[in-house]
Amino acid sequence: MSDFAASAPAPRIAVDKLGVLIAVIAAGAAVPPFAAFRANRIVVGISKGIFEALPMWEAMLVALALTAAILVALLKTPNLWRLVASLAMLALLFVAIGNAASFLTPEGDKLARVSPGGGFWLLLFAFALLAADSFTRLKLGPWLRILTLLLVAGAIAGLLWSGAWNDLSILKEYANRAEAFWREGQTHIALALGSLAAATVVGIPLGILCHRVPPMRAAVLNVLNAVQTIPSIALFGLLIAPLAWVAANVPGAAAIGISGIGAAPAMVALFAYSLLPVVANTVVGLEGVPPAATDAARGMGMTGWQRLAKVEFPLAFPVILTGIRIVLVQNIGLATIAALIGGGGFGVFVFQGVGQTAMDLVLLGAVPTVMLAFAAAVILDAIVEMVSTRSRPA
Amino acid sequence: MIQIEALTKDYDGLTVVDHVTMRIDDGDIAVIVGTSGSGKTTLLRMINRLIEPTSGSVRIDGKDTRSVPAHLLRREIGYVIQGHGLFPHRTVGQNIATVPVLMGWDKARIDRRVEELLELFQLPAGQFRDRLPSELSGGQQQRVGVARALAAEPKVLLMDEPFGALDPIIRAKAQADLVGIQKRFGTTIVLVTHDMEEAIHLGTKIAVMDQGKLLQYATPAEIVVKPATDFVGELLGSGDRAFRLLGLRRIGDFVEPGEASGAPVSAEQTLRDGLEEALWSGRAVLPVVDGAGNPVGRLTLATLQRLGARPQ
Repeated sequence: MSDFAASAPAPRIAVDKLGVLIAVIAAGAAVPPFAAFRANRIVVGISKGIFEALPMWEAMLVALALTAAILVALLKTPNLWRLVASLAMLALLFVAIGNAASFLTPEGDKLARVSPGGGFWLLLFAFALLAADSFTRLKLGPWLRILTLLLVAGAIAGLLWSGAWNDLSILKEYANRAEAFWREGQTHIALALGSLAAATVVGIPLGILCHRVPPMRAAVLNVLNAVQTIPSIALFGLLIAPLAWVAANVPGAAAIGISGIGAAPAMVALFAYSLLPVVANTVVGLEGVPPAATDAARGMGMTGWQRLAKVEFPLAFPVILTGIRIVLVQNIGLATIAALIGGGGFGVFVFQGVGQTAMDLVLLGAVPTVMLAFAAAVILDAIVEMVSTRSRPA
Repeated sequence: MIQIEALTKDYDGLTVVDHVTMRIDDGDIAVIVGTSGSGKTTLLRMINRLIEPTSGSVRIDGKDTRSVPAHLLRREIGYVIQGHGLFPHRTVGQNIATVPVLMGWDKARIDRRVEELLELFQLPAGQFRDRLPSELSGGQQQRVGVARALAAEPKVLLMDEPFGALDPIIRAKAQADLVGIQKRFGTTIVLVTHDMEEAIHLGTKIAVMDQGKLLQYATPAEIVVKPATDFVGELLGSGDRAFRLLGLRRIGDFVEPGEASGAPVSAEQTLRDGLEEALWSGRAVLPVVDGAGNPVGRLTLATLQRLGARPQ
């Protein structure tokens, strides 16, 4: 092999592996439309390529920038270039799609809808991939990652407030439903966080119990595993009958909001799904505590509680927090389905949109859900890193 | 003084420790030696009730260990295990302060004690108190482990293979430190090891265990000279008996008047060191000096030969 390596001429241009993938995706984005124009929100759209969707000079600018950005991604370039290229490209795409909406919508037309096309989404995906990759290579600390998240959120909020996207279909759907949007958003977060809090309060003690009483462990984990395999829609459905019965027969249950449909069964189902990651991670975390440390704790005269509070729990905490992170991200996604049984949340728009074949309305529910889940993942990852490195200062 | 009376541990009919009776006097270093599965660790852990005996009793200074709750008993007894068992999420200072905190000492007293111990173990407080165990070398971690066990000034220190994870050079240093600490505080130490060499080197008394039974409990010299059973002899190995015997005695006790030429040996060294020096330098007589370097007499090869022979 070394002979081969020595005799092979050094390649003058090195190609980045991920860059090839990004280039392929970005090139593929030329096939589907950049934007779609519809005379109203439910008719079939008319595809618009990038040169039809934007004024000539702007389309040229996007095309040129795109070529440059693909080259930066494809070749082995310094990480900073890649980061700048991907961020600039994402910003340009965001501005361009807003401009395309304004450009394509006839003056004064209130019914016309312009939505991002497949081409736009592919480009967004390609350069988000590049940005994510170069961010990872930067190896930013947890605080800087949260700061970056805030900056990105700020930039998106700025775009929204500036009105640059006002002609986009999603925002037109939003304009019609602004009040419902924020109300369902609150419900969504309440469902995800509420079930997480309940699962934490119940799951951590249950995990500790499973760790201390080995026979319980297999039983509890198997039951929770079984719960995890029930399809979510089925679980929501299965809960209707028992909760309706509770509401009808337990005094006061109906008064605190328990009923066969609505938020209560949604909360119960999300809670049931949340238990396994919390309990399992608590058990795994406690099992990862060095046996020598627990033996020393016992040998030095700590009581069972002191050992748990001072040695075992602090050492297991990063792993437990990882479980909580899994649950939060999972719940933000799953809470969408709560809308099926009248539980509310962003799923309301998704299911309404599906019913009306209005994809823009689906996006109004889906995009904030994805963004919330992503933000939750970044923040909790950062916190997990902070608590696990707190014991290892630089 | 620790009095162990007919101490027994059964696990489902399997007797791991079988009616062991022994007395460990104040200031002794009692080393329990045995192969793995001999019950030596179980015996040690029954002293601070990490394992509850099936029958028999342990009394420390006349008081039955079962007369106080186990966790309170353990706070009065130092405990060191193999691989140090430091708490990885706590600093060196916090680790050492564990038992004093449990006992509710006030902060100033704890801080004073931590600093004192760190200095004693040659770990300057300014440099080491706020470090985490993962930032220390193996030898330093071991020293912190011992410092932590000594923090609340226990009269008894239990050590389970405390030097097992150390390389030979660090181990020799740690052993020397332990002997120094024992002398300084007069702590009674019970130490478990599988290494007979270590037992002979450290112990004032050695307890040899096999299959749960205490085969012999005697001074190192007695063990070397008169192993009670074939198993004890096997554990000793037949190769180094004469050297071990010489290694247990001080040159100072066997000096005869007279002079000799060449580099002197110290009265504080063992006869084994003297023999080594005599053979290496090809001399039959060595001058002996005391700690201050003053000549006190001489040591002859003939004396060494006589003392290294099997006692009749």
